Amino acid sequence: MAETIFDPNIIKDQNLVYKRTDHMKEKALSYCPGCGHGTAHRILMEVIEEMGIQEKTIGVSPVGCSVLAYDFMNVDMQGAAHGRAPALATAIKRLMPDKFVFTYQGDGDLAAIGTAETIHACNRGEHITIIFINNGIYGMTGGQMAPTTLPGMRSSTSPYGRDEATMGHPLRMTELVATLPGTCFVTRQAVHTPGNVRKAKRALRTAFELQTRKIGVSFVEIVSNCNSGWKMTPVKANTWMEENMFPYYPLGDIKVPEKID
Amino acid sequence: MKELRLMKGNEAIAEAAIRCGCDAYFGYPITPQSEILEYLMVEKPHERTGMVVLQAESEVASINMVYAGAGCGRKVMTSSSSPGVSLMQEGLSYCAGAELPCLLVNVVRGGPGLGTIQPSQADYFQSTKGGGHGDYRLIVLAPSSVQEMCDFVGLGFDLAFKYRNPALILTDGAIGQMMEKVMLPASVNRWTEEEIKQQTPWATTGKPADRPANVITSLELDSAKQEKVNQKLQAKYAEMEKNEVRFERIQCDDAEYLFVAFGTSARICQKSIDLARAKGIKVGLLRPITLFPFPKDEIEKLAGQVKGMLSVEMNAGQMVEDIRLNAKGKCPVEHYGRFGGIMPSPDEVLKVLEQKFIGG
Amino acid sequence: MTEEIIIAGFGGQGVLSMGKILAYSGVMQDMEVSWMPSYGPEMRGGTANVTVILSSERISSPIINQYDTAIILNQQSMDKFESMVKPGGTLLYDPNGITRHPERKDINIYKVEASMEASNMGLTKIFNMIVLGSFIKIKPIVQIENVIKGLKKSLPERYHHMIPDNEDAIRKGMEVSVPVQLLS
Repeated sequence: MAETIFDPNIIKDQNLVYKRTDHMKEKALSYCPGCGHGTAHRILMEVIEEMGIQEKTIGVSPVGCSVLAYDFMNVDMQGAAHGRAPALATAIKRLMPDKFVFTYQGDGDLAAIGTAETIHACNRGEHITIIFINNGIYGMTGGQMAPTTLPGMRSSTSPYGRDEATMGHPLRMTELVATLPGTCFVTRQAVHTPGNVRKAKRALRTAFELQTRKIGVSFVEIVSNCNSGWKMTPVKANTWMEENMFPYYPLGDIKVPEKID
Repeated sequence: MKELRLMKGNEAIAEAAIRCGCDAYFGYPITPQSEILEYLMVEKPHERTGMVVLQAESEVASINMVYAGAGCGRKVMTSSSSPGVSLMQEGLSYCAGAELPCLLVNVVRGGPGLGTIQPSQADYFQSTKGGGHGDYRLIVLAPSSVQEMCDFVGLGFDLAFKYRNPALILTDGAIGQMMEKVMLPASVNRWTEEEIKQQTPWATTGKPADRPANVITSLELDSAKQEKVNQKLQAKYAEMEKNEVRFERIQCDDAEYLFVAFGTSARICQKSIDLARAKGIKVGLLRPITLFPFPKDEIEKLAGQVKGMLSVEMNAGQMVEDIRLNAKGKCPVEHYGRFGGIMPSPDEVLKVLEQKFIGG
Repeated sequence: MTEEIIIAGFGGQGVLSMGKILAYSGVMQDMEVSWMPSYGPEMRGGTANVTVILSSERISSPIINQYDTAIILNQQSMDKFESMVKPGGTLLYDPNGITRHPERKDINIYKVEASMEASNMGLTKIFNMIVLGSFIKIKPIVQIENVIKGLKKSLPERYHHMIPDNEDAIRKGMEVSVPVQLLS
């Protein structure tokens, strides 16, 4: 891997085909190579750039791998205590109803310690966007079991595999919040292939646009990988995700609002 | 317009919040302070001033909503009673760490645990020594009348914004539930969008092209930087100790003995003073109004004057530690406390003073 | 002048609102006042009491255990508060439901058949105003005009149509109390 794989001489303006959005700060991502967070960050910031709403957007970062999201996303942001992001987003939106407000949370943050805040923000129908990155494991703290860890899946706190009889079942938060009248758009996406990235970005765009209709929470789950936590190569992790995560967490829209002309 | 009313302490806090330009209240019901949220809901402050009032799903959510509102540069507050305030400690620590100006009201009830719903001062340690994790202080105001319940809302916000620090009104069920006359202040307007940007340039109000993104956080993974953060916080607390000590001296000038008491206990001691002086015993009262910063110098000064100090508290002896520390051995310092929601009576307090110091 | 009063009875008898109206009456006369209730789940059905202090000076402790006047409306309160009346003080009670009447020899004692009068008037809800009327007759600290003003202040607008009934009750109460024991 020590071999240089690009020729510095090709870095010229006229050769540029794919540009970093300046809505991402000029800072190297701290995520593991192969992780989905980087892509998710990028498409989120692209949506904000394309909608021209940087000055009108406030983000809330969680505790977990993306705790430092505010180091990468170039919008005003607040770091929440573990699980409390939807409570923060509620207050921000209530105080500044014309702003676009989003939370960016992992599965431990959103579906374990922050379950109450998630459910109640959704149930109140706050006009916010919740972005839920689900990789079925606690990445930052070193690979412990998450509420979304699959049955039989190994983690450092389920070393013999998740035993549903004693450790409970993987929680489908997204289906759960879709049952609440306070959510207007609930979808599950992935960012591991170019096609999925495009779909996920469209979903994020829809989610943000819906904030102006003030009809409730738009909720976007992104099923992602954790090659470090899963102890796989990035390529293997993506294959494993398709074969194991997607059957339990099927991709697609779960709830869409009525179209308006 | 100023207005004289007969109000409960809890109601006075709510009305004062609307009048002092508070932007939002987030709270969860708990006895004996639910009148605050109830009063706000009846008053429709959204129609009066545009103030947001929201019943959250828990105290945990409430304090985090306060964190976020303060992070947007707004004047936001919450209130609760002891068990609920325990739940808020994590969020308060984050507010202190992120240097967010906000106001919290604790209408204390007896503990530990679910305890009782009757008044207590058992949360003194929690309030004045930090409360949550990490090295931090709250500005702690201890009202002893309904008028002060009202006045300290505005004062609490002023101090909170002056120091970018959470402020706490530490009161109890007795003052919360009691009605007295209160002169309500004239209403002031909430800050405009422009004023907010001017007063709180650090707030997350949306990133314009001409400034870097604002970030509200208490996280600093680099220990060297985190130590600097701590040093800055400590310097701020030292400033508070220099500038913001508030207390009331009642009949201290000729006093041979001194009660030290705050809040409800201070009211009780005032009556004890009348009883004592009728018997020819020269007693005074030092009433700390700020519990942090604590009136250290005044304690030391008075310790050099009197023959003994009695700390009267509705707890097992908490403020007495701060009094002893600052009396520096210049006079004996004793404690008398009732707990579990029992309030001492004025004659009982006097009897204790006589027993401890005069040998009656 | 300072008058320290305890009003005690069953929850639902209007103990707290009677205290509130009394406190408001004091405000109308530019007095200092405090109203300190017992609070909590015992309020409805159980015992309720409120300490009201009216004074021409700043009120020190709103929490006291010696009273100038005790207004007692049930047996439990009689048992608890009779002994807390200051020597030379006053005890006013409704004998309805009282099995052990006051025994103190060093205080003034009055009774008022307020519940009986209220049911005679067909207005059981204004029972507490009859008691209040008796009190302001015995201790004319506040004027009846100020009590009516206090009533208006403390009642929500939607109950203002009931003020004439309340006023009648207060006037009735002023007539019907009976001294049981008067210190010379």
